[in-house]
Amino acid sequence: MSSLSYTVIIGLEVHTQLRTRSKLFCGCSTDFRPDAPNSQTCPVCLGLPGALPVMNRKAFELSVRTALALNCRIAEFTKWDRKQYYYPDLPKAYQISQYDLPFSSGGWLEIAADDPGEPVRRIRITRAHLEEDAGKNIHDETGRGGDSMVDLNRTGTPLLEIVSEPDLRSAAEARRYLEEMRTLLLFIGVSDCNMQEGSLRCDANVNLHIHHADGSKTATPIVELKNMNSFRNVELAIEYEVKRQASQWQKTGQKIGDVPKQTRGWDAERGVTFAQREKEESSDYRYFPDPDLVPVVLTVQQIEDARKQLPETPAVRRDRFQNQLGLTAYDAAVIIDQGPEMTQYFEHTAQLCGDGKTAANWVTQDILRDLNAAGTPVSEFPVTAEILGTLLNWIREGRLTTKSARDVYSVLKEQAASGQSIAVGDIEVIVRERKLETVRDTGALQAAIAAAIAAKPEAAADVKSGKHAAAGPLIGMIMKQVAGADPKAVRELLLKTLADS
Amino acid sequence: MSLHYLNTAELHSALTEGRLSSRQLTTACLNRIEMLNPSLNAFISVNADQALLQADRVDEKRRRGERVGVLGGLPLALKDNICQKLVPATCGSRMLQNFRPPYNAHVTERIEAEDGVIVGRLNMDEFAMGSSTETSFAGPSLNPWNRQRTAGGSSGGAAVAVASGMVPLALGSDTGGSIRQPASFCGVVGMKPTYGLVSRYGLIAYASSLDQIGPFSRDAFGAGLLLQAIGGHDSRDSTSIPVSAPSIEEIMAGVPGKLRVGIVDEHFGEGLQPEVGDCVRQAIAELEAAGATVSKVELPHSKFSIAAYYLIACSEASSNLARYDGIHYGHRADQFSDMTDLYCQSRGEAFGPEVKRRIMLGTYALSAGYYDAYYLKALKVRRRIREDFDRAFQSVDIIAGPVAPTPAFPLGEKLDDPLTMYLCDIYTISANLAGIPGISVPCGFTSDHLPVGLQFLAPELQDSRLLQAAKLFQQRTKWHEQHPELS
Ligand SMILES: [Zn+2]
Repeated sequence: MSSLSYTVIIGLEVHTQLRTRSKLFCGCSTDFRPDAPNSQTCPVCLGLPGALPVMNRKAFELSVRTALALNCRIAEFTKWDRKQYYYPDLPKAYQISQYDLPFSSGGWLEIAADDPGEPVRRIRITRAHLEEDAGKNIHDETGRGGDSMVDLNRTGTPLLEIVSEPDLRSAAEARRYLEEMRTLLLFIGVSDCNMQEGSLRCDANVNLHIHHADGSKTATPIVELKNMNSFRNVELAIEYEVKRQASQWQKTGQKIGDVPKQTRGWDAERGVTFAQREKEESSDYRYFPDPDLVPVVLTVQQIEDARKQLPETPAVRRDRFQNQLGLTAYDAAVIIDQGPEMTQYFEHTAQLCGDGKTAANWVTQDILRDLNAAGTPVSEFPVTAEILGTLLNWIREGRLTTKSARDVYSVLKEQAASGQSIAVGDIEVIVRERKLETVRDTGALQAAIAAAIAAKPEAAADVKSGKHAAAGPLIGMIMKQVAGADPKAVRELLLKTLADS
Repeated sequence: MSLHYLNTAELHSALTEGRLSSRQLTTACLNRIEMLNPSLNAFISVNADQALLQADRVDEKRRRGERVGVLGGLPLALKDNICQKLVPATCGSRMLQNFRPPYNAHVTERIEAEDGVIVGRLNMDEFAMGSSTETSFAGPSLNPWNRQRTAGGSSGGAAVAVASGMVPLALGSDTGGSIRQPASFCGVVGMKPTYGLVSRYGLIAYASSLDQIGPFSRDAFGAGLLLQAIGGHDSRDSTSIPVSAPSIEEIMAGVPGKLRVGIVDEHFGEGLQPEVGDCVRQAIAELEAAGATVSKVELPHSKFSIAAYYLIACSEASSNLARYDGIHYGHRADQFSDMTDLYCQSRGEAFGPEVKRRIMLGTYALSAGYYDAYYLKALKVRRRIREDFDRAFQSVDIIAGPVAPTPAFPLGEKLDDPLTMYLCDIYTISANLAGIPGISVPCGFTSDHLPVGLQFLAPELQDSRLLQAAKLFQQRTKWHEQHPELS
């Protein structure tokens, strides 16, 4: 059998919970409280008879912000629709969502190509719409057939659904899209994107375009993948599904339209996708405009104001870090991919130290290494951006060598680890106590150089005759004499002294 | 003289002036309920203890010279679809027989704040679907003028309670005529305010875009007083209009200037029982005699109103009632095989045939492939009906006509003939579709001594004009002072 040639076609549906204090249509808290089921509920989100929804303007604002960051068009008129189906976690038996007039459509998100040499890939966004989340069914997993329970804490949490066009061409690309989406959502402050808590969820529509020898193509049936609770699982599930569909094509030759759209779940333990039972009547949700809510009307001015208030997106920030702060593309990406807190830490450090590159070196190496080792978020790291930025500024001003600064940094961390609180002022204390300050008193240095030349006349002669490698032992002697001397300065002064002698 | 048929203004001033205590009046009402309700079946539940406590609170306030709300200790009752914290709200359905809402409706809060005394909860057609109160799981309410006749519906209990002197005031809800038609059948005043003037928060929905809570009383004063208490903006209802309700002073000031009355030919055409037509025509002549001018207006799309109404109302109902699934609250079947069967059995057992009929009709109308032809088309008709009224109200202040084509019909007559039953709402439905206010005022009797109602319709938010016209009519007629013989 000749090897199969095909293109992978992937579209993603991302659901993200918006970071509002209260739910989309009532005043209940949106906190994640699995420990206290049904504690964050009221007549509205319980769907009790007679209760009515009122839109949370903050949620709508965050949605508009997201859509603008995704380069979408914002509708001046949008309405709410009821999506109707029966499920125990849906107490009204309909979800308030947006059907034919979503508040935004037609945007894009740029991601790096699989090959770093290739230009960025622009993935089109079909639409983003706002809806309410459902609750959670909790089944007895002991196998003793206990009652199923329903927790409605999550019911009514604002959920933004972002649908991409089928523009993604590999599992790795799908993962990068999700990572970039997550970074974007975090940077513009609309979601905490916690996949474990379900505040970022993803479904994938996957199929193949089979290439034939004559240049024609055949599309295979589209499969919707669900239950992937991490980016890695999204990538693995798609990889598996691509292989499965390719072999399915070779076995059955089924093309799109031959079978109804299938939904498959991802079994992370076994590493396979499996067919899920179709939701009954899932084909007809009987959408109709919710008569309990009024349409949302935005003026062009309001949309423009929202655009002006849009925070800097990660893509723009990456460019700025390269162009204004002189970072490499790699360093800029490493910092920004760590999220807004780390990026802010870096920016603050760079600002105080006055040198973006030095700040980037320290942040991407020392700080990231120590954070990973400690397993703490940067917000809890004792060496604050203020301390680090000040320390690095000492290097820039020539008051500390890089090596001495590392020593100071270590001492600061030790002090913090022993329970002391540390502050900017500690830098000066440590430097003084340990005599780490770069010696700029050339008198002392000259004396030490003279002493070293006198002690090792042969080495001095070698250096003078051009054997610069012989300077090492002399520099070592001098450094022992004058703690805190800058080796580079010592070397220069030694050479100059010998040359002049 | 007995307290039961004093007009509301007299009761109100007797309370205000301290000649009558709220406890006395409430006790009198409770006694009358105890005496008459077993035969008339107006109330589904009565809360005597709670009512007397509230009455005492109001009396105490008055005794101490504190401010007393506009309702001043008047007893009243709520249709059983208006939530009252922890008091069963059955909606006339087995589905909600044991449902106690954990919260108060907006109107319930307003009544308490304005010192009304809620004595109990009133019978209704199941989920307000019906025109005779016969679809209630609690059995029909009987018309106090003739117990072989229906009370009308769906707010039949409210009309009966007010007509028989059990309470001076009551709240009902009107989706297609459910306040005005029973008011007409029982000879009392019933008003559907402008859509959005009274918050629906806590009104158990039948058809959200049409439902509106409104007052029953024996006179315009009572209806105006209760509307003032419950009306006005509520931020918990997104469809609530940011205005305040008309004040009773504004209403009692009467019609400013000459009233221009419009009449519609179709309201007097085929289907209208001649005796009803005669009463209504006489009533309009009475208005003319009082200085009103009468002219014809056209509502060309009103002939499509019943079709549009049943599509829109049933579509919304099919969605609003989907939540009664046996999972979270309400009736749950004892026997079921799986989750889907739990839904089917619970709903199958607890909903009556009319509710099922409307759910099925609405589900069908919203289904893929039918939506455009039915629901969307109905919405277009609805817009046309609204435009008809806008045009008509350019030349008249109010439109006057019959409330229903017939007086109260015999019990059981139309229960098995839904299409005929639906025609009961032919003159009332378009006000709901257009969102405008309407009122039913007693305007005479048939030869069988059954009450006949006169309907006034007014433009959106001209609720005070409607009540002013009703007051004008009641100043010149004594129909509202006639009471059924009860023992
Ligand atoms: Zn809530």
